[in-house]
Amino acid sequence: MKLTGAEIIWECLLREGVEVVFGYPGGAILPAYDAMTKYPKIHHVLVRHEQGATHMADGYARASGKVGVAIATSGPGATNMVTGIATAMMDSSPIVCITGQVGSKAIGTDAFQETDVTGVTLPITKHNYLVTKPGEIARAIREAFYIAKSGRPGPVLVDITKDAQQLSAEFDWEGAAPRLPGYRPSYHAPASEYARAAELINAAKRPLILAGQGIIKSGTTDAVLQLARVAGIPISTTLLGIGAIPASSPHNLGMMGMHGEAWVNQAIQQADLLIALGMRFDDRVTGNLKTYALNAKKIHVDIDPTEINKNVPVDVALIGDLGEVLAQIQPQVKPAERAEWWDLIKAQRGDAAVRDIQSLPDNGHLYAAHVINDIWRFTRDRDTIVVTDVGQHQMWEAQYYRHEKPRSLITSGGLGTMGFALPAAIGAKFACPDKDVWVVVGDGGFQMTMPELATAEQEKIKVNVAVINNAFLGMVRQWQEFFYDKRYAATPMTGPDFVKLAEAFRLKGLRCDRRSAVKSTVEKTLAEPGTVVIDFVVEKEDTVFPMVPAGADLDKMIRRPKQDVLAESGNDKDWEMPAAQGAPVAPVAAKPARNGRARPAPKPARAAAPRRAKAGRR
Amino acid sequence: MAKHTLIAYVEDVPGVLNRVASLFRRRNFNIDSLTVGRTEQAGVSRLTVVVDATEAGARIVEANLYKLVNVLRVDDLTHKASLMRELALVKVKVTPATRSQVLQLVEVFRARVVDVDEQTLVIEVTGTPEKIVKCELVMRPYGIVEIVRTGAVAMARGHELLSSAPPLVPTENVTGDHAHDTSGISMSV
Ligand SMILES: Cc1ncc(C[n+]2csc(CCOP(=O)(O)OP(=O)(O)O)c2C)c(N)n1
Repeated sequence: MKLTGAEIIWECLLREGVEVVFGYPGGAILPAYDAMTKYPKIHHVLVRHEQGATHMADGYARASGKVGVAIATSGPGATNMVTGIATAMMDSSPIVCITGQVGSKAIGTDAFQETDVTGVTLPITKHNYLVTKPGEIARAIREAFYIAKSGRPGPVLVDITKDAQQLSAEFDWEGAAPRLPGYRPSYHAPASEYARAAELINAAKRPLILAGQGIIKSGTTDAVLQLARVAGIPISTTLLGIGAIPASSPHNLGMMGMHGEAWVNQAIQQADLLIALGMRFDDRVTGNLKTYALNAKKIHVDIDPTEINKNVPVDVALIGDLGEVLAQIQPQVKPAERAEWWDLIKAQRGDAAVRDIQSLPDNGHLYAAHVINDIWRFTRDRDTIVVTDVGQHQMWEAQYYRHEKPRSLITSGGLGTMGFALPAAIGAKFACPDKDVWVVVGDGGFQMTMPELATAEQEKIKVNVAVINNAFLGMVRQWQEFFYDKRYAATPMTGPDFVKLAEAFRLKGLRCDRRSAVKSTVEKTLAEPGTVVIDFVVEKEDTVFPMVPAGADLDKMIRRPKQDVLAESGNDKDWEMPAAQGAPVAPVAAKPARNGRARPAPKPARAAAPRRAKAGRR
Repeated sequence: MAKHTLIAYVEDVPGVLNRVASLFRRRNFNIDSLTVGRTEQAGVSRLTVVVDATEAGARIVEANLYKLVNVLRVDDLTHKASLMRELALVKVKVTPATRSQVLQLVEVFRARVVDVDEQTLVIEVTGTPEKIVKCELVMRPYGIVEIVRTGAVAMARGHELLSSAPPLVPTENVTGDHAHDTSGISMSV
């Protein structure tokens, strides 16, 4: 069958099972857009910025496990995608980006809207293609999908010249099957390595599983839990691993790393064996590498050989699919309780059990931690995906929203891309129309990509946008507070009236500045048929605790100074999941709460903060 | 840190050298030299890369090369019996007084004179990179006008590597997993 290159693009997308694409037209991709009208089965979402298209494709991919597709024109269209591609690369998200390119004869002449897009995206894609002939389009797209989703997933870009889209060629789907002699998506570790891993596990007194996103990507939640149960091994998750292990699982200690739980980081430092599953020892997870888990032997399971020994030297490396690896190890692992280890962890946990949220001062202010914890409480019976942006709110979400299911938290971990949340949430909603999708975003990050509200409105989809509005670039302000003597350079930030903004987009806007109003706000939001933007006016200078300063030892965490707690935040025993008591071995009596360091005087900034007026505070 | 010699077979497609170079730059690997050329097989090019790395570092370089979609196979010749050669052209100043001395040195290095005029000689010298450096060193007092080096190429000695090597001709049509021989990747520690 002879088709134009443009038609071949859509034929391929159809056959790859694509139902929705996110894109933005322009000259060099016009032939493809023109051909799109013949393919009504594929829904095209018109974004407001190509960065949004890539984040939507990314959010779609993370929510569904399928490949997300983004389309843009040459030059500025393609360069606008760079941030989204890099974001997907860092978090191993399978997306395929299709970009138009100037005519093949014009390549290299600095033609109008010509950019060397394969050159620009080379280091931030898993692979990329420049296609100059219509007959090569099908294979490039098939290979792109195959590469994007196999092995360690990642973004693949296909740059197609305008003439390749316009000219015709024989379309032969079968004949265009991937031919990738050098591509090795999967490896199989030798049997001897499985045995060594099992030996290490059986011999360990204080083993700990480090659960990463690989568990979500490989769908191995049950197998990991099984290993933990049989061998009595506690689990800690990375930021992207949240949801891989239910928060309510008695084996799940919580998140590790820079803003992880203090007792988790302490456990990592005490462990005699770390079993790293689909995680990559990011610096936000390890702190100072020189002092990281010195007592522990390390087993590293990852599908990507380049992750082995990259940051942390390991004793056994099992390169392969996590499901296969666990299936091999499992039968060789002896049942064990490891009661002593659990007792130690629980003792430390008791010690740290006065959680940050309970130490918030009662000054009538609304705290982000409360907002997030309350959203969780009031929505926990519903099937919810939360998409966060980057900053303090992201860490509070990780700490105070209890994720029970894989793919229920979508966040930019590796690249830390502000502006990610709203577009990624729109993508996630397309992937999972039956789920509630919440956006938790700072006032800074929201202002980066908020025009995508128009996309949500045009598409008539519902995402619930909780803007955690602290009138600061909060996370940067926090670093300035700690490490730059509170010189708040370029972090105080104003913004539009978010309620009016929502209304201007023909959407619903709500404002909430009291804890007691959070519940009704959430209820109103859920009752609304369309997208809602909520302006949660929170405490301006709040701090994410605990914190490992960048590069510091993992167990040297800064904790929140204990304050007089009460009233609105006070009676807060119920924030914690019952699971905390239901730990696998008999619970240990919690020691009286200590804070891990001398109690400093309350911070002048906070103590002096007057109760804010509701609106117009800036 | 030591010198590691890696051989990478790559698909001969546009941009492949760029991908390799970009990888080395991005990962901050220290390239000593990189050469590329055709092989006995159509569509396959062969790279010789000499990197300065620890043993573990070399494994990471190897794994990263493998991760490039266009890289077919990687061999680390560092600990194998192998030949390494580099070629240099050295243009040296000569005077009637020094000409014979230089020619004597050319003999010592088993090099050849490939161009002569009244003021200079061009010497073609082949050997290990160390030998080339030596040659440069002893020519320097006479005045080196210019020097050009090809970078090292390497090959394993004997027949063993060849016979145990996975076929270069790739499996057609992949849909499932590859049953590739991954013996080249010794990632376990
Ligand atoms: C695109 C981008 N630019 C800059 C940063 C650096 N950065 C990290 S967190 C942060 C502040 C985020 O502020 P806001 O969105 O208001 O969220 P908050 O921390 O206050 O919750 C900044 C600027 C980033 N991560 N991404």
